[in-house]
Amino acid sequence: MLKNLRIADLSNHTSLKPTEIKNPEYFHKVVDCQYACPAHTPVPEYIRLIAAERYTEAYMVNWESNVFPGVLGRTCDRPCEPACRRGRVEEEPVAICRLKRVAADNKGDVKAFMPQGPFASNGKRIALIGGGPAALTVARDLAPLGYQIDLYDDQDRGGGMMRSQIPSFRLPENVLNEEVNFILDLGIHTHFKTRVDSLRGVLDKGYDAVFVGTGAPKGKDLADLPGRWDSSGNIHIGIEWLASVAFEHTQKIGKKVLVLGGGNTAMDCCRTSRRLGGEEVKVVVRSPRKEMKASPWEIEDALHEDIPIFENHVPKAFVTENGKLVGMTFEKVEPKYENSRRKLVPTGEPLVFFEADDVLIAIGQENSFPWIERDLGLEFNEWGLPALNETTFQSTVPNVFFGGDAALGPKNVITAVAQGHQAAVSIDLYCNQQSLTERPSPYTNLISQKMGIHEWIYDSDVTTDIRYKVPHADKSLTLKDRKKEVELGFSQDTGFKEAQRCLNCDVQTVFSESRCIECDACVDICPTTCITFTTNGEEEDLRTRLNAPANDTSQDLYVSDSLKTGRVMIKDENVCLHCGLCAERCPTSAWDMQKYLYSVTKAGNQCGILQELTT
Amino acid sequence: MPKNTIGYAKADYEGVISTLCAGCGHDSISGAIVQACYEMAIEPHRVAKLSGIGCSSKTPNYFLNNSHGFNSVHGRMPSVATGANMANRDLIYLGVSGDGDTASIGMGQFVHAIRRNLNMLYIVMNNGCYGLTKGQDSATADQGSVSKSGSVNPFEGIDLPGMALELGATFVARSFSGDKTQLVPLIKAALSHKGFALIDVMSPCVTFNNNAGSTKSYDYVRDHIEALAEIGFVPEKEEITVSYETGTTVDVELHDGSVVHLQKLADGWDPRDRQAAMRRLQAAKTEGEILTGLLYIDPNSKDLHEVIKSDSRPLNSLKEEDLCPGSAILDLINEDFR
Repeated sequence: MLKNLRIADLSNHTSLKPTEIKNPEYFHKVVDCQYACPAHTPVPEYIRLIAAERYTEAYMVNWESNVFPGVLGRTCDRPCEPACRRGRVEEEPVAICRLKRVAADNKGDVKAFMPQGPFASNGKRIALIGGGPAALTVARDLAPLGYQIDLYDDQDRGGGMMRSQIPSFRLPENVLNEEVNFILDLGIHTHFKTRVDSLRGVLDKGYDAVFVGTGAPKGKDLADLPGRWDSSGNIHIGIEWLASVAFEHTQKIGKKVLVLGGGNTAMDCCRTSRRLGGEEVKVVVRSPRKEMKASPWEIEDALHEDIPIFENHVPKAFVTENGKLVGMTFEKVEPKYENSRRKLVPTGEPLVFFEADDVLIAIGQENSFPWIERDLGLEFNEWGLPALNETTFQSTVPNVFFGGDAALGPKNVITAVAQGHQAAVSIDLYCNQQSLTERPSPYTNLISQKMGIHEWIYDSDVTTDIRYKVPHADKSLTLKDRKKEVELGFSQDTGFKEAQRCLNCDVQTVFSESRCIECDACVDICPTTCITFTTNGEEEDLRTRLNAPANDTSQDLYVSDSLKTGRVMIKDENVCLHCGLCAERCPTSAWDMQKYLYSVTKAGNQCGILQELTT
Repeated sequence: MPKNTIGYAKADYEGVISTLCAGCGHDSISGAIVQACYEMAIEPHRVAKLSGIGCSSKTPNYFLNNSHGFNSVHGRMPSVATGANMANRDLIYLGVSGDGDTASIGMGQFVHAIRRNLNMLYIVMNNGCYGLTKGQDSATADQGSVSKSGSVNPFEGIDLPGMALELGATFVARSFSGDKTQLVPLIKAALSHKGFALIDVMSPCVTFNNNAGSTKSYDYVRDHIEALAEIGFVPEKEEITVSYETGTTVDVELHDGSVVHLQKLADGWDPRDRQAAMRRLQAAKTEGEILTGLLYIDPNSKDLHEVIKSDSRPLNSLKEEDLCPGSAILDLINEDFR
């Protein structure tokens, strides 16, 4: 025993317990991008496949998890990117979203890898109300299990808000059509141009379960603002106007356009206006620019198309002359912060007037269920949303399930997909008379990576790789044609380079106490000083006395069991770069790099594609 | 990246990636050297690192990449260090050697550097075997230690600290590569010491001498280690804040004003007593203990430059008028010999 290390008397302390790496959620959390993704797509797995030019497989890994890789590779809100570990080494995370598009652009023929119908019927019938991302996900998950799926939508094609609200210059129609058709081709019974006016009517048809994925179809208005109804022909609700453009009912707009609102819908409205004849398009937001809800890259693209953004302007009135809209007045405000609450206080300056031929109101959207009878036993909460179990997505009518924006309020496509998967799991359990709360556990796998003598000579440099920019089509072309896609996507070469920026966080550092001889080799070699051997103690105290203090408490410490000297190994998951140097330096393989695969289990325990491709 | 007081990050004190066996004790010692130099905020260009031949002597490539380096002939590092030190006394001399390089081929060089009290830190990365030629017993292998091939060493091992004490060394310490809490302050104190500082570091050869029966394996050293005191190094400008019962601590002030702070002393131990150190080493050997820590220090040490009264400036800064002071001075010198 190492006497001069003076093992602390542990009896008075609450020491950290050894980390339970057998709990599937522990290593899952270490894969920050995947953990942050609502659908938990195995990001590093498909990025490696892209680097290996295995685009088909990369696409299928995505398809199984997020159903719309081509759509999401262009339009995802990218919760994965702020979480990306590369962002802790450099400023910019890996361009995960755009890599997804590389997989989609180069996927080749993927149909052979998809479930092949016709599927033997299981005798159950499911109705899907709405044809957006959530309902299509349910359709894809359930059809191969033998369910008869009836899909109802009032549009003439599937896709929901992906078609009606996302402009073609961000998402070309053929990309959307292809991915919608992959699902419809699984033998879905589509009832397009069929508006559902009564849930009772659907229930009366004797379906085993009904899924509601009708989105958040109602755009918020400024109904009480003075002048709102004086020239309403030139005042439009953002999402309705976008849908009208998408279905080619609207072909042009005035030269001077005001867009109210700071979300992604506002960005889509202003950029679409520029393509339909808007020459002076302005975005006006109530709050400070930094509080705008739009994704930073959407704002950037709007600015690039010569659309100025005016912050801290609260709309006061629509101004009409001779029955024609001429503009709007705004009150200038400034944010004041009191007790962490923000108030917009008028500056006292005179009202600002902006000229306008048309105004687009894009200040948010709401749910709307006028077609659901209130005497069905289906309860609604105080926000007008259905009362749901947030895990099972089951409503208070046992065979009615919700998903997407219709379930918990407006979010985004990837959240709708994630909820669709869960609703499908619930519907499948429900139809088999099983408990909905006993959810199937995720499919996980932990595979040791080979480390041979040739890996002894290595390079510890974690290279600083700057994020590659996605090329854009020239503004002079894209502004003339609203269907011309702005982003061109990475070439295969750039995609490879960007893929190389991934730190492979899913290759885990797995530590076995019994093998460790405490030689310190890993401590010396670690480029980020994230490994410490010390006496155990309380977490708060331990975090300060590691070789490099671990200040980010949202990230875990990996703690070993007691070693021979009585000390423990502690690794700060926050700064580990998964470079593998600890494992390569370790003389006894106490450190082993093991690839961790985590896949959310889909309805009927399907995880075939991923399992086949990655083991 | 945190920086030290002169603006360098720890990475600025590192070298290239080691090509030694994974788990080699030498890499930990390199790590301790990096840590000590970083914490002491030594300007890398003020250090000259020197070595001979062997696994140990490869290590200067793995630390202090921004310092001066000299990889000498086998066992001749002390001589090269003597020459360099005589020519430029302003640099900090850090010699790294192994048990073969020091206790066999280089023994003649080693002992003379000690008796001249050359101002340098001499680290022996001691693994008791010739790792580079597949693990034959070296001169520091203990009698009775079993090699990886199963042969028992029949010869008496050379105890380097004991020998250094005998030769009049002014700073003698022993440590273990697997204990940086002790090794780092020892290196810092040794770098501040004016005169010859020897640190004999037990550094297990993970490939050829980490087997059962070896007296220099990780397990054996951990089981038999006995520290004389906990050591702390306190730079000149800082105050000692922790207080212990009198008689359990000793503070030794070094010539540059820094302090070696020893606490929880083994029964009234005084590291300034050379004879006590020698007795203690012998007793530990009889007991089968590996005594570590600062064994002996002479805070009033006079280094070679002081003894021979050499010029206080490095040779490269001497001008022609310094070197050829003219016939009047020559006459004065000649007058001395009359």
